[in-house]
Order: sequence, then C-alpha cells, then structure tokens
Amino acid sequence: MSILVDKSTRLICQGITGKAGQFHTRQCREYGTQVVGGVTPGKGGTTVEGVPVFDTVAEAVEKTGADATMIFVPAPFAADAVLEAADAGVRVIVAVTEGIPVLDMVRVAEFLRHGDAVLIGPNCPGIITPEECKIGIMPGYVHLRGPIGVISRSGTLTYEAVWQLTSVGLGQSTCVGLGGDPIVGTSFIDLLKRFEADPQTEGVLLIGEIGGTAEEEAAAYIAEHVTKPVAAFIAGRTAPPGKRMGHAGAIISGGQGTAAEKIAALRAAGIVIAESPADMGAAVRRAMDR
Amino acid sequence: MKIHEYQAKEILRQAGVAVPRGIACETPEAAAAAFDELGGELAVLKAQIHAGGRGKGTIQQKPEQHGVQRVRSPEEARQAAANILGNTLVTVQTGRLGQIVRRVLVEEGCEIARELYVGIVVDRSAAGPVLMASSEGGMEIEHVAAKTPERIFREPFRPDAGLQGFQVRKLARKLGLTGESVRSADKFLRALGRTFVDCDCSLVEINPLAVTTGGELLALDAKMAFDDNALFRHPELVKLRDLEEEQPAEVRAAEAGLSYVKLEGNIGCLVNGAGLAMSTMDLIKLHGGEPANFLDVGGGADLEQVTEAFRILLADENVEAVLVNIFGGIMRCSTIAEAILAATNRPCFARCPVGARSVGFRVPLVVRLEGTEVEQGREILAASNLNIITADGLTDAARKVVGAAAQGLARE
Repeated sequence: MSILVDKSTRLICQGITGKAGQFHTRQCREYGTQVVGGVTPGKGGTTVEGVPVFDTVAEAVEKTGADATMIFVPAPFAADAVLEAADAGVRVIVAVTEGIPVLDMVRVAEFLRHGDAVLIGPNCPGIITPEECKIGIMPGYVHLRGPIGVISRSGTLTYEAVWQLTSVGLGQSTCVGLGGDPIVGTSFIDLLKRFEADPQTEGVLLIGEIGGTAEEEAAAYIAEHVTKPVAAFIAGRTAPPGKRMGHAGAIISGGQGTAAEKIAALRAAGIVIAESPADMGAAVRRAMDR
Repeated sequence: MKIHEYQAKEILRQAGVAVPRGIACETPEAAAAAFDELGGELAVLKAQIHAGGRGKGTIQQKPEQHGVQRVRSPEEARQAAANILGNTLVTVQTGRLGQIVRRVLVEEGCEIARELYVGIVVDRSAAGPVLMASSEGGMEIEHVAAKTPERIFREPFRPDAGLQGFQVRKLARKLGLTGESVRSADKFLRALGRTFVDCDCSLVEINPLAVTTGGELLALDAKMAFDDNALFRHPELVKLRDLEEEQPAEVRAAEAGLSYVKLEGNIGCLVNGAGLAMSTMDLIKLHGGEPANFLDVGGGADLEQVTEAFRILLADENVEAVLVNIFGGIMRCSTIAEAILAATNRPCFARCPVGARSVGFRVPLVVRLEGTEVEQGREILAASNLNIITADGLTDAARKVVGAAAQGLARE
C-alpha cells in the first residue's frame, strides 16, 4: 500500500514535447512508472518517447485510460492546464511548473474545491511511491521502499531527507513535495489524513519552511488525529523577515511564519524536531523508537 | 516588485481611488514650484524610497531632518527638499546603511478627522485575496495584530467578483463610519479591491487612510507591490521598476535566473533549491558561522548560470569562505564541478597572485556534492589541482566552512 499513486497508476505528461517534459517523461518511465501518453495542443498525432501525443487531456484520458498527469506547461498557461486536467477527470494532477501567478492559482483552487481531483504543487518536485511509481523530477535512486511517509514544502531538501532516511535503513511508503508557492493544491493535513489511513505507513516526516501557517495547522491536526509517530524539520531558522527566500511562499511577513513559532507549535503537539538538516533521518528514527 | 508611493497613487487615482493631489519632484526648485501649483497653505513633502518608516526616519547627513515634513511656504518646501534629495534616509526598514533619496512627493494637506488602516494581500489559508481594515490607522499593522487583534477586520473576496457592497457596509459599521463616509468607503474600497486584482498585486496597503472632516476617505499613503510571476502580462507596470532601489547583486542574480539575497555574514553559500539553501544557512549558524547570503541556483541551472553565481558570491567583499552544497536532482553534480573549474579560470576571480589553473579562489572553498552524477563531479574536482576542501555530509561541510572562515578572519 501507499498513498495516491502505485503500480497501477497510468500517467500522461502535459507539455511532453518541451525539453523538460520529454526528459522527465523518460526518467519516470525508466523508474517503472506506466507512462501512457502526452498532451501538447497542436501536436496531436505525433509520438514522443514512444507514447502517443494528444491535443487535449480529454482525448488522452479517453484513449489511454490515464488517471494521473504531470504538468510541465510554461507558467503563463499552467493554470489552464491544471483546469483542463481536472475537467477531464484526471484523479492526481502533479504541477511541476514554477512561477504561476498567484491569482491564477486562486482561481484554480476555487475550481478544484468542487471536484475530487487532487492537485500536488505547483512548483513542486512531485510524488513518488518507491519501486512502484515516480511522477516528477526527484532523483529516483535515493528512494527505498518502506514504512515512512514524507511530506515537504521543499524540493532538494526532500531529496536530502530521503537520502538520510535511506542511509539509516528507513524506507519510504510515499514521498510528496507540496510545492513552494503561497497557494498549493494539497496541504500537510490532506496527506496526514491519507498516511494515517495507509497500513504501509508507520511514521511520517514533515518538512516545512518559513512563511504562512501551514505547519502550525498541521501541528494542531496531528495532536488531534494522528496516532503514528511524526518527526519534523523547519527550514529557515536564520532567514531575516521581509526577504523572500527563493520560494514565493518562503517569506516571514508581519511577524508571522517564523521558524521559532512553527517549531514551538510542532513540539507542543508531541512531534520530534530535527534540530539540524543533518538530523532529519535520525529524528525519524527517534520518533519511531519512542 | 515594489514601486514608489507616487507611482502607486497615480495607479490608484486612475482606478477611482481617492488620493490627495501631488507632484513628484527631483529638485528643490521643483518642490517649491509644486507648492505654488498646489495652491494651498499647507503641503506635505515626502521622501520617495521603497521602504516604510519614513516619517520617523532621519537623513544621515542632516539628522534633524525627517523623511516626511509639513511645509507652509515654497521656501520651506525648497529647504526640506534640499535637505533630503541626494542624501541618505535611514528608517527602521532600510537597515543601517539607509537608502539614497532621489525624489520627493509634494502633496496638498487636508483636514483629517480620523485615520484608519486598510490593506489587501493574498491569504494562504483563505486561498484568495483578503481585505484587512482597522480603526488603528497610522500604526504598524503588525503591532496592532500582535496587541489588539480584535481591532483588525477581515473580508475575503473572490478575484473575479470583487469586494461586494454588503462587505463594505459590514466593515463600515465595524470601523464606525456613518452617513457620507459609508458611500465614500464603498467607492474607495471596491476600487481598491479591483486594482489589486487587475494589477496582479501581492500587496496594497493604505496606511493611514484618512477620513476627512468632510467625511471623504482619502489615501494619505500608498504601498503597492506586484506578483513577480504575473509581470509578463503587465508591461506597463514593469516600466515603473526602479532598479536604483534594489540591491545591485540581487538584480544581477535575478537577470541570470538565480535567487539571491544578501546577508551580513562572511560565509558565501551556493546551493540548489530554496529549502536546502535555507537549511544550509541554518546549519552554518548552528556551527557558529554567519551566512553572507542566500543563493539558490535552482533545479536546472546550466554551466553559465552557475559560473555567474560564483562571480556574484565572490564579488561580495565580506566573503571569507564559500560553501557549495549541491544535492543533484535535475541539476547534475558534474555541471557544478565544471562550473567551479570555469569560474576559477576567469580573471575576475584572481585577486590572489596570478597563475593559470592553480589560482583557485581568493577564499577557501568547501564542496559537498551528492545526488545525480556525483561520482563524475568528484572525479572532475579531484583531477583538477584546485585547492578544494571536500566534505562528506552536511555537518562535515558546515564545520569545515566555519573553520575556514574563522581562519580567514584571523589572517586579517
């Protein structure tokens, strides 16, 4: 078991004819993901990486039975691509694209509220169920199948965390990068709910960063609803207020969203805190041993 | 992207939001002429920089001069402008180095009955724009939020529908507005909400928002910032950008597609990914060092971008040691290794004695590589005869770079 994606997931790539889309389509397939097609408006009827390309997502779903999509469409058109996928009935939508205008995402979030599609991202590395299905840009080889669910707002920091977990012999059930933007499709809470219900998952690593209050909300949820052990790391303890740290979401504004506040809230909920980014793997081990 | 107060007020005026009449001036003479043109007995002269706290802030060269001043004659306007223009204004938001003032805004005065606050941001939890209003105008809203959160009223609205009439009436009642002021608030707040959406703003803030003795709402100040990701559809707004207000190194990095923030320490960091970059800063601090910057070269940076990143790092005089921390995903470790070689061959790096490949960096370089093509990357570095300190894992890297920076300081 795992959450959201597994061996049976059938993936298409929106933006498959672009450089990044094509490269990662190949990488995902080499990892073992069932890639069944791609979508680029105007390029329907061609073939990329041995899979058929369609003009619309609706047609791709109809002809291939796809139930997941990976979006590499350029930022100005990416929100539209998400809406198209949701409208076509795609169940899991992974938006890797970085730099989508925030008001576009406001409109997307409004639309998705009325359906049951799960959007992961945007501006995220994607989702992977080790040894079954990789959707996104993460390096597959650092992952190992196992009992830990990983949820993160960051990309490379997640690879670091997974690599540490794998190094200490803790495999992963499913790893999800939520994305670094202020408005993303999936929250910590959405996934905590799924990991709590997933029999393969025995513990969860939560990787947050400065900005917003998503970690505080997660802490409150964990205290009430999560029985499995949880460890957490928060990036940006030393970040100065008012400066945006790369991610559009990583900014301390109005005194809110500091690492100290988040760590205090997580600790109060009984979560094991990794004091340093080098300590993430060990922190999960401590949480599991408690 | 931020803009100046006078630019924000022009946008608001055109959108139907009431703002005082005003003229932006670049010379003391223009300021005196502006006073005459406005024709009133009182005007307010305001330094234009991209930072708040101007009223309490002082001019470095003339400590008795503040960044905002009331003037009652053309001569007073000329004098205040002469004190301010070309000089450095230091406020709580500029940092101790302050910001050079290149323009002042001369505005007509008005009779103020009350001062309110109103701001709009995109709220993450509400997943949409939220208008915040408070009866505590003129104060820093962070302080109000911390001390008396019950005095901040919030109304979320949908971008395409805009703020609704009933929401304005709700707010008006909470703010204690009556009669004519409610009508004025309706026009003002709804136009403000529309502007936020139409311009893809990340922030609009009117503080203080005056209620005049005549009951009209009037924006005494205006702060406006735009979503950088949406600028592609607003060429007219991009023209308002004032590069002189921004950190030159940050501008240079942005042009190269890098995300860079200058900090005050002495350890330069080059990292891929924002989360890992922040964590690297944290780790340096944890081991007793001070990061000189945040630098995210991103997921897919190429050789040229990474080389430019090194150039930006080493151009910072404060840097005593550099830590490269890469976890290759899309980014290949071999690219980073090649960039290190390319960077060291460039003359601008060679502040140390001249010599071709063996020049090395002017400061110690600690490298930690992991991930895609890590073996190739390590081989490239080992085959060069560069003086590189390699590190195994995060903690080792942090210890080594903090030690190297401390030695650098000891040499001076």
